[in-house]
Amino acid sequence: MAKKKPEGYLSAKESRRISRENRKITNEFEKKRKRKSVPEEEYVTVMKDEGNVLEIDNLHTYFFTDAGTVKSVNGVSFEVPVGKTVGVVGESGCGKSVTSLSIMQLVQRPQGQTVDGEIRLNMGDGKAYNIVNTPNYKMQGIRGNYVSMIFQEPMTSLNPVFRIGDQIDEVIALHNPEMSKEDVRKKTIEMIELVGIANSEGVARMYPHELSGGMRQRICIAIGLACNPKLIIADEPTTALDVTIQAQILDLLRELKDKINSSIMLITHDLGVIAEMADYVVVMYAGRVVEKGTATDIFKNPCHPYTIGLMNSKPVVGKKVDRLYSIPGKVPNPIDMPNYCFFKDRCEMCVEGCAGAYPEMVKLSDTHYVSCYRHYDNAQKEEK
Amino acid sequence: MAEQMKNEEAFVHNEENILEVNHLKKYFPIKGALGTKRGAVKAVDDVTFSIKKGTTMGLVGESGCGKSTTGRTILRLIEKTDGEVYFNGIDVNKLSKKELRALRTKMQIIFQDPYSSLSPRLPIGEIIGEAVREHGLVPKEELDEYITKVMLSCGLQPYHKDRYPHEFSGGQRQRICIARAIALNPDFIVCDEPVSALDVSIQAQVINLLKDLQDQLGLTYLFISHDLSVVEHISDTVGVMYLGGLVETGATEDIFANPLHPYTKALFSAIPMPDPEIKTDRIILEGSIPSPANPPSGCKFHTRCSECMEICKNKAPEARDMGNGHVVRCHLYDK
Repeated sequence: MAKKKPEGYLSAKESRRISRENRKITNEFEKKRKRKSVPEEEYVTVMKDEGNVLEIDNLHTYFFTDAGTVKSVNGVSFEVPVGKTVGVVGESGCGKSVTSLSIMQLVQRPQGQTVDGEIRLNMGDGKAYNIVNTPNYKMQGIRGNYVSMIFQEPMTSLNPVFRIGDQIDEVIALHNPEMSKEDVRKKTIEMIELVGIANSEGVARMYPHELSGGMRQRICIAIGLACNPKLIIADEPTTALDVTIQAQILDLLRELKDKINSSIMLITHDLGVIAEMADYVVVMYAGRVVEKGTATDIFKNPCHPYTIGLMNSKPVVGKKVDRLYSIPGKVPNPIDMPNYCFFKDRCEMCVEGCAGAYPEMVKLSDTHYVSCYRHYDNAQKEEK
Repeated sequence: MAEQMKNEEAFVHNEENILEVNHLKKYFPIKGALGTKRGAVKAVDDVTFSIKKGTTMGLVGESGCGKSTTGRTILRLIEKTDGEVYFNGIDVNKLSKKELRALRTKMQIIFQDPYSSLSPRLPIGEIIGEAVREHGLVPKEELDEYITKVMLSCGLQPYHKDRYPHEFSGGQRQRICIARAIALNPDFIVCDEPVSALDVSIQAQVINLLKDLQDQLGLTYLFISHDLSVVEHISDTVGVMYLGGLVETGATEDIFANPLHPYTKALFSAIPMPDPEIKTDRIILEGSIPSPANPPSGCKFHTRCSECMEICKNKAPEARDMGNGHVVRCHLYDK
C-alpha cells in the first residue's frame, strides 16, 4: 500500500520546478538592483502630504521559497505623520516585521523581494525618495541617518566583541565623515548620557555582556538615535524586557522622540504598550491591514472582528472575566491564501457578502478605516 | 510575634494545604580558582508559603528574582540548601530516590519554552505515554486508548500521535506539554511561564485549557509568570518576589486592589493598560535589580525604594499579617 501523502506534501520534482521559476523572477529583481548607477527620476518622487514622514502605498513583499510564494506583506498602506507615533499590532507571522524591514531595505535577498508598491520617505525640501527603487549606495546614507531601527533582542543585536563606545562611534563616524575622532567620542558620551546611563565614560569602555538587558536596550536606542533620524522603527523594543524596565524604556523613547523631533513606528503585539504610546494604530492580519485609525478609534470602537477578538483575548488587570475569549481556528497557510476575506474562516460575525472577494478598505470616519463587509452599509451612508 | 516563633520551632501541617514551603533557601555557589568557594548567589532566600488544594497560586516578579528556582526546588529538580517543602504533609527532601520517583506522578511541571522542552526524536504519543508506561499507571493494552483520551482532553487530535514535535506550532506544542503533565494524573503542577512564548490569541486558548483542566481534575497550580494580567486572571492567591524573597502574599483581589509593598505598587503601576484614555501615575523604578550574589543589607529593596527610611538600610523587615492572609514585609507597616 502506498503511503498516504500528508497535506501540503511537495514532491522533489515539483519543488525543483518552483525553485527554477523563482530563480527567474528573483534574478530579474536582482539585476535591476545591482546596476552601478540608477537615474534619479526612478526613485525621487514627491510626498502626497508634506505632513507625513513616511507613506506606504500598496506595498507587496513576497518571499519566493521552494515550497511556494509567501505573500508576507500583501497590499499594506499607511502613513506616519511627522512627530507622531504609529503602532503596528498583529500576531507573529502577520507581516509587521517584514513591513519594517522593507522600509529599511533589509529583507533577506534574493528570495525576499518587494514586488510592488511604493514607500515614500520625506527627505525634506519637498523631496522624497521611493525606497522600493532606491539603489543600495543611496540607501546606505538613509539607514541610520534618516531612518533607524531598534530591534527586539538587545542581547543579539549588539556585537559581543566590540566595546559599547566603539559601536556607537561607528554609526556617528560613518554618517559624519568630517567629524574628528575626539568629536565623535564626545558625541558618543553625550548619547549614552541622553539615554539615561549615569556612568557614561565607564559604560563606553564596557562590552555588551557586562550590561543588563535594559541597559543594552538603552545602548541600542542610543545607536539608533545617534544621527537624529526622522523616523525610528522600533521592532518590539520591550518584548524581551520586564514590566518595570519596559516602563523605563517606553518613557525614554517618548521623551527622546520629542527632543529630536522625529516620528516612531512602533511594532508590537502588546496592546497595552500600543495604547500607551501610539497616536495612530494599524492592525495587521495575514499580511494585510485590517483596520487603522487613531488610538481612540481602535480601542474605543474596534470594528474589525479580528481587532475585537484580539482585545477580548487579552486579560486586563482590574477587569474580571470568567473565561477569556479565544479566536477559533488558526492563521491560514501563508503559501495558499484564500481568495475571500482571510479572516472569514475564523470569524464569528460573518455576513452574506463575506464569501466574495477580499473586502476593500472602507472609511468610517476621517481617521478610521476598516476592511470588513460588515461596515459597508454604514460607510456608504456616511459618504452620502 | 509569638505565632512566628511557633512556626519556626515546629511545623504544623494543615490538612487543607497540598503544598507547604517553609523557609526554603537555595544558594548556588560561585566557584573561584581551583574550585575554592568564593560566595553564593542567593537565588531563593527564605521563602515561606502554602497552597490550598484545588487553587492556583501565582508567583510574579522580575527576571532573576528566583521564581523559577523556587518552582524547581519545590519539585526537587534541584536540591535545596535549607528549609522544608511538604507535599500533602510529606517532607519531599527526606524521601529516598525510590519514594521520590513514586511521588513524581503526583507533581508535574510545564516549562516555558515549548520549543526546547520536547524531545525532537520522539513522536507525540510516546512523549505523552512514556511516563505513564514507566510508572505502570495503566495496563499495557489500555495505554493507547488512555493516551488518546488525554490528548482529546487537551485539544489534540488522535492522529497527531505519530507526528513529531517540529510539525506543530507553539500553541499546540504547549498543549502537548500540558498533556504530558496531566497524563500521570497529578495533583499539583508547577507552570513555569507556560504562556510567555505564545501570541495573545493562542495565550488565551492555553489559559482557558489550564482552567478547564483544573475544574475537571481538581488540579492545584503554582503559576509562575511575569505577566501580571495573566496572573490576576488565573490565580486565587499571589506571591510577589523580589531578589529571592517574597515581599507580599495574599488573595489576588486584596493584592491587586490594595498593594501594600512599594515594590508591588511600582510593579503594578508599570503594567500598560490597553486603554488610551487611562493615564496612570507611574512609579518608575530607578536602576535595575541588584546582584543576588551580593544583595543589599537590611530590606533588599531599599536601594530602589521611593519610601526608604533609615531603618530599611540596616534591618530586614519581618513578615506582617495585615488581615485576611495578606502578608507584607515592609517597615512602613511596623507599628
